[in-house]
Amino acid sequence: MDAVILARAQFAFTVSFHFIFPSFSIGLASYLFVLEALWLKTGRGVYANLYRYWLKIFAVVFGMGVVSGLVMSYEFGTNWSVFSAKAGPVVGPLMAYEVLTAFFLEAGFLGVMLFGIRKVGKELHFLATCMVALGTLISATWIISVNSWMQTPAGFAINAKGQFVPAGSWLPIIFNPSFPFRLVHTVIASYLTTSLAVGGVAAYHLLRDRTNLGARTMFSMAMWMAAIVAPIQILAGDAHGLNTLEHQPAKVLAMEGDFEPSPTGAPLVLFGLPDDGAARLRYAVEIPHAGSLILKHDPNAPLPGLKDFPKDRRPPSAIVFWSFRIMVGLGVAMLGLGVFSLVARARGRLYDAPWLHRAAVAMGPAGFVAVIAGWVTTEVGRQPYTVYGQLLTAQSHSPLAAPALAASLLAFAVVYFLVFGAGVLYLLRLMSRPPAPHEAEPAHTPDRAAGITPAPAVDPPLASPAA
Amino acid sequence: MDITVIWALIIAFAVFAYVVMDGFDLGIGLLFPRLAVGESRDQAMNSIAPVWDGNETWLVMGGGGLFAAFPLAYAIILPATYPLMIAMLLGLVFRGVAFEFRWRDPDHRPLWDTAFTLGSLTAALAQGITLGALLQGVKVANDAYAGGWLDWLSPFSLLTGVALTIGYALLGATWLIWKTEGETQHQARRLAVGLGVATLAALAAVSAATPLLHYDYWRRWFTPPSVFLTAQVPLLVLICGGVFFWSLRRGAERLPFLMTLALFGLGFIGLGISIFPYVVPRSVTIWDAASPPSSQIFMLAGAVIIIPLILAYTGWAYWVFRGKAGVDGHHE
Repeated sequence: MDAVILARAQFAFTVSFHFIFPSFSIGLASYLFVLEALWLKTGRGVYANLYRYWLKIFAVVFGMGVVSGLVMSYEFGTNWSVFSAKAGPVVGPLMAYEVLTAFFLEAGFLGVMLFGIRKVGKELHFLATCMVALGTLISATWIISVNSWMQTPAGFAINAKGQFVPAGSWLPIIFNPSFPFRLVHTVIASYLTTSLAVGGVAAYHLLRDRTNLGARTMFSMAMWMAAIVAPIQILAGDAHGLNTLEHQPAKVLAMEGDFEPSPTGAPLVLFGLPDDGAARLRYAVEIPHAGSLILKHDPNAPLPGLKDFPKDRRPPSAIVFWSFRIMVGLGVAMLGLGVFSLVARARGRLYDAPWLHRAAVAMGPAGFVAVIAGWVTTEVGRQPYTVYGQLLTAQSHSPLAAPALAASLLAFAVVYFLVFGAGVLYLLRLMSRPPAPHEAEPAHTPDRAAGITPAPAVDPPLASPAA
Repeated sequence: MDITVIWALIIAFAVFAYVVMDGFDLGIGLLFPRLAVGESRDQAMNSIAPVWDGNETWLVMGGGGLFAAFPLAYAIILPATYPLMIAMLLGLVFRGVAFEFRWRDPDHRPLWDTAFTLGSLTAALAQGITLGALLQGVKVANDAYAGGWLDWLSPFSLLTGVALTIGYALLGATWLIWKTEGETQHQARRLAVGLGVATLAALAAVSAATPLLHYDYWRRWFTPPSVFLTAQVPLLVLICGGVFFWSLRRGAERLPFLMTLALFGLGFIGLGISIFPYVVPRSVTIWDAASPPSSQIFMLAGAVIIIPLILAYTGWAYWVFRGKAGVDGHHE
């Protein structure tokens, strides 16, 4: 295998693994913010208990996100040194701002959030939670700006060394054409993913004990979130798709499986097997004109086909076609779950609907799958470029020997499955324990009454009679 | 001072902050097998659990800053030290997850404690060897790395690898003297004596070997008039070393750590004397590798405001967790 394929495989593997953790921790940090705010406002113990419950999970997720993210910050150089040298003057500063404004903020306040409640009092502790939640959102903003610039580069010039450099203002670089759409779509995805995970855990416990106050509260919160956000996400996804059609038409055509140009309106392909070699879609099941209706909001609007692009400038459509369908299918299922919960809620049976709870458990991991599928769609759809239309992937990689890359790919695979496999097991173990049902009030000791005593790392430690 | 020099100083600061701050975290990982299972290990872990993530962020700052301000250097150094970088990152994966996993899974705590140690050891060695690999020089042609994937391996780079690892262990030991009490502190103090001797020996060995690598290093250190300035560095090392052993004997709690910081600071200044103004020694200067002024100015505008803020709230976080770490202190 050649070095470029290995470098891509390694990067794709590590970034996909990494993306799972922030897509959960962004949403979870905001959820913890809401829980602590509700606790401070209402004084109801159930919120404090839920905060403690999810904080333990957050600590594990965040830890895995940090270590897998550190890998990314160096992999740009190890695997894509030519890209780094050429695009560094433009994307480097955005990433530096991510470190300065987000990573330090999260890391600086995380210790207080996890371990500091007895030391700083509840207002300062809440401040720490706010800063961590804010940090996750700032981080998403910068890194999505970087990714969007690679998808829809703007505001740059090429200097004598062949580097991308800012042409003038930084605003067109940061706010490049796909950035607002991608940011909204990604942050909502992370909220939706989190609400499904929380809802799945809550439903799992409701199926065992529908009187569990913590499970009821978080199920209700999660289902509100899913019901409200899933339709918004579908609209945001539609807007993002239109934006992609404008700036990266080949990507959309690969998603749709449109090899042939459609001068009188494109169909909507429900099923088919894209064949890049023959440049056609086998066994296609289509709805005529529906594709143009969705993409152009006009059934007869003409659309180009992949054949309008040179063969070596088309993304590999089989991957993009299927990953897109997985994402959309799950999105529709999420909408269905949200509607189902609204119906059950309207009938006053939100906590007494075993089939709703079973559906919520089944949908618990759906967000993660959809996020990865969406990520694959947009990244593979960007091929054959790293900087769309400007720099080919085949010209971006490091001068590395294939054996070095193969060995490190193997090492990453073994370590990630081992370490993150164990981590996921610990997460499932934490989630399988019900939120303590009769802790409506914080514990009785005086110093505990003053705080919410989060117990992120151990409960209780071996040598701690006080816990 | 031109802006490229300012950025070189900022990145040097980030790297130094990383080396000393994650240095004591990694050092504790290295010393873990020498700490008693149970109370001592829990105490040691608790002394860094609230701050390790912030400490490690300086490594992201160093790498990200290099990418942004000196993209060419980033694009040369990382392929040149590829296996080292991968080993370091994987080591840091094991080290980082061990903080949570060892509490989550008491049945397998010995396993995660071992992962903590081996991860720390791998990362420390990889960082030290990387330093040596840079000092001995990397092959550059047409603004790209032009060597093989094992060029970094040499007796000199292995020496710097061992030297930095010993130094990290000393940082860890002296941090434990400061932050723990009882048997743990006692054990840390015992370890610090031997590690202090070893660190000074390692510093001497690297200092002696570096000028022999290339005449340019020799010239910078030993030809007048610069020798009158550079000679101050080993002199100060001797003074700090003396104060270090005196403070250990006197039973001081903070001074051994502060003197170890001073030794690292002097070592870092020594590196600066050998390397500046190169970023890839003797191949690429900071000006060769710099991104355009517009990029550096854009970042500096934010950095001058944000870095002091970072230092302020990081300092606050350390202050919140001041005093001795208990066995259950942070883990109620």
